[in-house]
Amino acid sequence: MLNRRLFLQGSALIGCSAAAHPLLSTATFAAAPGENRLVVIILRGAMDGLDLVQPRGDAGFARYRPGLAALAVGAEDGALPLDDFWAAHPGLAKLMPLWAAGELGFVHATSTPYRDKRSHFDGQDLLEAGTGMDVPVGMAREGWLNRMLQGMPGVQSQTAFSVGAEEMLILSGAAPSASWAPASRLDLSAQARLLLDHVYHDDPLFRDAATEAVEISADMAPGDKMGGDANRQPLKLAEFAAARLREETRIASFSVGGWDTHRNQPGAMKAGLRRLSETVLALKDGLGPVWGQTTVLAMTEFGRTVRENGSMGTDHGTGGAMLVAGGAVRGGRVHGRWPGLAEADLYAGRDLMPTSDVRAWAGWAMRGLYGLDAGLIEGSVFPGLQMGSDPGLLL
Amino acid sequence: MPSVSTIAAIRFGSGLVPREAGPAPAPLDAAALLGDLTAPDTMAARFPVITRPEAEELARQVRPARRAAQAGTEAGDPEPELAYRALRQQLRVATNRGAQLTMARTVAAEIGFRERLVQFWGDHFATRARGPELGPMAQVFADEAIRPHLAGRFPDMLKAAALHPMMLVYLDQTSSVGPNSASGRKRGGLNENLAREMLELHTLGVGGSYAQADVRQLALLLTGLSWTYRAGWHFDPTKAEPGAETVLGEAYGGADPADVTEIHAALEDLALHPETGRHLARKLAVHFTSDDPDAGMVEAMAAAYAEGQGALMPVYAAMLEHPAAWDTFGAKARQPQDFLVAALRALGVTGEQVAALEHGPANNHLLGPLRLMGQPFASPPGPDGWPEAASDWINPQGLAARIEWAMKGPRFWVNPLPDPRRLLRAALDDAAGERLAWAVGRAETVAEGTGLILASPDFNRR
Repeated sequence: MLNRRLFLQGSALIGCSAAAHPLLSTATFAAAPGENRLVVIILRGAMDGLDLVQPRGDAGFARYRPGLAALAVGAEDGALPLDDFWAAHPGLAKLMPLWAAGELGFVHATSTPYRDKRSHFDGQDLLEAGTGMDVPVGMAREGWLNRMLQGMPGVQSQTAFSVGAEEMLILSGAAPSASWAPASRLDLSAQARLLLDHVYHDDPLFRDAATEAVEISADMAPGDKMGGDANRQPLKLAEFAAARLREETRIASFSVGGWDTHRNQPGAMKAGLRRLSETVLALKDGLGPVWGQTTVLAMTEFGRTVRENGSMGTDHGTGGAMLVAGGAVRGGRVHGRWPGLAEADLYAGRDLMPTSDVRAWAGWAMRGLYGLDAGLIEGSVFPGLQMGSDPGLLL
Repeated sequence: MPSVSTIAAIRFGSGLVPREAGPAPAPLDAAALLGDLTAPDTMAARFPVITRPEAEELARQVRPARRAAQAGTEAGDPEPELAYRALRQQLRVATNRGAQLTMARTVAAEIGFRERLVQFWGDHFATRARGPELGPMAQVFADEAIRPHLAGRFPDMLKAAALHPMMLVYLDQTSSVGPNSASGRKRGGLNENLAREMLELHTLGVGGSYAQADVRQLALLLTGLSWTYRAGWHFDPTKAEPGAETVLGEAYGGADPADVTEIHAALEDLALHPETGRHLARKLAVHFTSDDPDAGMVEAMAAAYAEGQGALMPVYAAMLEHPAAWDTFGAKARQPQDFLVAALRALGVTGEQVAALEHGPANNHLLGPLRLMGQPFASPPGPDGWPEAASDWINPQGLAARIEWAMKGPRFWVNPLPDPRRLLRAALDDAAGERLAWAVGRAETVAEGTGLILASPDFNRR
């Protein structure tokens, strides 16, 4: 539980008593709905799903990607075999124990309803808004995780957390949610804390916000403050998210960028996936015993072209893949219907054909985790979505 | 309640500045604030930003450079790729430079009411660069569409802002084609985005008496407005829907070939619609005085707008001459950009100091803190701009970032830091509360004393 002892430390310094500090005795946090955890990671930049989990059993794959798929499966630095058909990008090596344990899986050939314009901005807006193409793209101001919260009982200010300095549309909206950038850790001396407490005493808006900020910050281990190392930032977000999820928080979201691989995709994917793997492992480590009740969904705005381009990269496409992890998911398999890579099977002759709506997977996850009614999911969380039958993503 | 002069500086201006030795400056009041707007705009000249031709030239280079980089990589020549990266860096620098100069102007302004209005109207016509190539254009937008008109007529500002390249791109007008136009018969279609926001956000307001049919008719009327990197702003009659359109019962257009004057006529009427006057009056009152502003004040402002046929000075005057503009002091919170600028002013930092920063330090000491406080520069969350309520800004994350900056940020700008008791006077004058004064006297270090002042509700409210 959160403690307020940091406020009390040194109160003798200026002779204040706890009784004089109403903000020391308010109870901000209450029990959250249920024990299941949901983490949504937004992979900004359009991650290449075909490189993440590679359809090696499809004859088209090697033909479209002579450079990117040059190394044989199982070769040194080559893709890692998952089964007879699928292989994982070598950057996922650290996650293979999770695959073996059934705690890591993928959904292939999935996408949002976004089509044809292939803009990062619009694609991410649609992904986070959870709307269809009937809502003007980029104009949505409410995210689907927030609408999910609106349909859940017992939601408190810290039930859902958006982590990082980046704006997370996915959690914006009428339901309360907390946000914190680990870079904003408050380093205050005991004296400064007390004096600030005195200054905020009569102003509830400042007093409550500061109290919560000090508490969140105090919960972070010393030295947690994020440095300038971009490679370690997602890791820090995950560690922070896991710490909150161990407490009252049940839902967390943050983003991991760096997937726009128009050039030199092998290097960029390897680095990016290693980062993502460490991020997932940081969640697992941080969540400890509650990892078993956790679902992690890592989704991106759209996939990339089936053909590699002339710069050892790929360009903006349509169908992509989602990574799922956690003790609550049915892992060790690649979910979704595979459309095939024959010329006629591609979307617009260039992209992987989406065979599912990424929102349906998220919808079934929230139904499984929080018991949300299908009508609510199709009517308000993801307006216009047809969830279809249960795809069995969760155990 | 603090003096009128203090309220004027904090609530309507960019914040107090340290008093220099010598005779005390004349106290501020409504007349002084209005005078700030009629005086020549010296700040724009003192801190000039990028021009439209320069911004367009930069944007124009992006696509060819990207193509050359791809071709070069395929041919094993790394040079074009390096040139492309250098161009991207140049765009980043130019974009951030605009932010820096905007803040330099606000720090340097004598009163700052004009700069506050630049921000208010820039937010009313909120845009966001769609892609890095348009980043520098944000400053062009403010200088071309907002600054020249904020003491003039709203209809003129509407025409300049809503039809500016920045807006045409942001709200998809550049891809809108009349279905029965010469181009539209071949390909493309209508996009209603700009038309909808013109009615919903720029003029009548979301509760206004327009219907979906008006949105569509206005969208048809707007077809032909174009902007491309290559050709710049132009009206393309081959994309314009033929025939007249009826918006709110008035027919516009029908000339052959179509031209932009029909659009201007419609915007003039929309701007002068009584609902537009009430919408703008309330929005100004909310921004400057209270989230729930005095109804009589809003009514007086709307009446002034109607009487002045869209002239803005009488609207500002109606607000400033109403008692509710002064007796609700403290109801609003400074938004992060205003907070940072007000803090720099109180610390005695000059506009020239702000403008002189290199790219890296400007990023670390201006743009980075703004991001953490929740207001990344020139990146509002949507076309309806930044939120207004104090609770949207004073949340755990936002306040923590303010406290952190208040405690540690000022040292970069001022070394040594001023005596906190002197800073208290400079920053708040007679608006400093007793609790703050008591705490400042007990701070262990100058930095913490400074931090307490700048993080206090006294300094963050207005």
